[in-house]
Amino acid sequence: MAKSAILKSSLAKKYWMALTGLFLCLFLAGHLAGNLQLIFGNALQFNQYALFMTTNPAVKLLSYVTYISILFHAIDGILLTVQNQRARPIKYAKENASANSAWASRNMAVLGTLILVFIVTHMVNFWAKMHFDANMPLQTIMIDTGGGKQELYLTTDGDYLPKVRVEQKLVTIKNRTEFYDTGADVKIKDGYKDLHKITFAFFQDAKYGLIATIAYVIAMFVLAFHLLHGFASAFQSLGANNPKYNGLIRSFGKGFAIIVPLLFAIIPVYIHFFAK
Amino acid sequence: MKLTLKIWRQKNAKETGKIVEYPIDNVSPDMSFLEMLDVLNEGLINKGDDPVAFDHDCREGICGMCSLFINGEAHGPDRGVTTCQLHMRMFKDGDTIFIEPFRAKAFPVIKDLVVDRSSFDRIQHAGGFISVNTSGNTIDANTIPINKHDADRSFDAATCIGCGACVATCKNSSAMLFVSAKVSQFALLPQGKVEAADRVLNMVNQMDAEGFGNCTNTGACEVECPKGISLENIARMNREYLVASIK
Repeated sequence: MAKSAILKSSLAKKYWMALTGLFLCLFLAGHLAGNLQLIFGNALQFNQYALFMTTNPAVKLLSYVTYISILFHAIDGILLTVQNQRARPIKYAKENASANSAWASRNMAVLGTLILVFIVTHMVNFWAKMHFDANMPLQTIMIDTGGGKQELYLTTDGDYLPKVRVEQKLVTIKNRTEFYDTGADVKIKDGYKDLHKITFAFFQDAKYGLIATIAYVIAMFVLAFHLLHGFASAFQSLGANNPKYNGLIRSFGKGFAIIVPLLFAIIPVYIHFFAK
Repeated sequence: MKLTLKIWRQKNAKETGKIVEYPIDNVSPDMSFLEMLDVLNEGLINKGDDPVAFDHDCREGICGMCSLFINGEAHGPDRGVTTCQLHMRMFKDGDTIFIEPFRAKAFPVIKDLVVDRSSFDRIQHAGGFISVNTSGNTIDANTIPINKHDADRSFDAATCIGCGACVATCKNSSAMLFVSAKVSQFALLPQGKVEAADRVLNMVNQMDAEGFGNCTNTGACEVECPKGISLENIARMNREYLVASIK
């Protein structure tokens, strides 16, 4: 009886590459829908969404699958690249690869590495702040109370808490988002981490905002080329190649590869150049 | 036609080779590429030099023996042909032509442009056949009705001549187009279905053991294949292997 090598063989590596890649495409679509609230929603909406994404158990589970997928996709990609390099120890003196294949398809490893660098910096800039930064600001709102403008904390139960009360030490903030009655040491309300503010400040920063915006747009170009080959390629790897549907898969893949990164890229451009 | 040839010369499997330049004159556009090399070799022999070693056999485009990586493409710039069917009219007077052996760890150079493609034979031996008792009472294959569509696709896969252009072209030196054609030609027919699961597992295992690279779906092999073997075969092999693995 023949032995299968569903984890080790060349074909198995392709399946894992395709499965994790397609899952990450789904993740991209979800992430984009969330991010678009930076343009089409208000700060509260976005921060409510951010809270949901970091606390909901089902989303948490999905996020772990996403981290594992990114790692697996990257490690598998590195293994494939190393093996493929070894498969041709002496290179050709002259190669005319553009005659038979697309540029993106030949440079998936380079594109993927650039995307990995982007993911790491992106997570340091936003994800790590949201999860671990002790100085993450809480969302506030300015309201005209008649006797002048007053800054109030927005709370998760839809109420407000005057910032002055924290300054006067009547209310203490614990565990980064919890408001405690200082005297009784009882939790009264929860605040929202202001990811919206962090994001706007990042891309509107006087010194680095423009560079961050340009870098983000370049990263989305890289992502677009990676997807341009990757999307349809995943279907081929999983054995889905049927002349009846190939046109549909390729067209959808191309559309996905262009539209998703484009919409992602519009967000920082909007924040830097057009938003207040 | 006057041409400058830049040819890979390598004394034997152990020594390192290098590109050597040869000017050649009076090349007729009607010559095949191999005839042009014959003329070059005639000149070299007359001068007492070592002729350039290259593989060839039928010179009719069906045996799969000729190879050569010409100006950066397997079997040269023409489509759907082997090197013996490539004609010098595809080139221009004054051109410089790079001629290199098919490059892959699994295709070691024997001499000059001749490479050892017996790794393909070993993959075939691992499962590229059907076990039929030929002791005298063999059943006529035509007694089993076969869907015309499947028969045609099986035949298309079977037109693979095993030349290795797919490996030479692939940036990863992957043999998946070849292996998938051999897997498909049997998997599509009732006679081949019996051993289909073992066949695909064994042939892929052997392919990996030979040191071929992994397919990354660039599609270059399909473009350069002299027989137009389709990427559909690789997808079929992927399906066959997946199903066989989880069985």
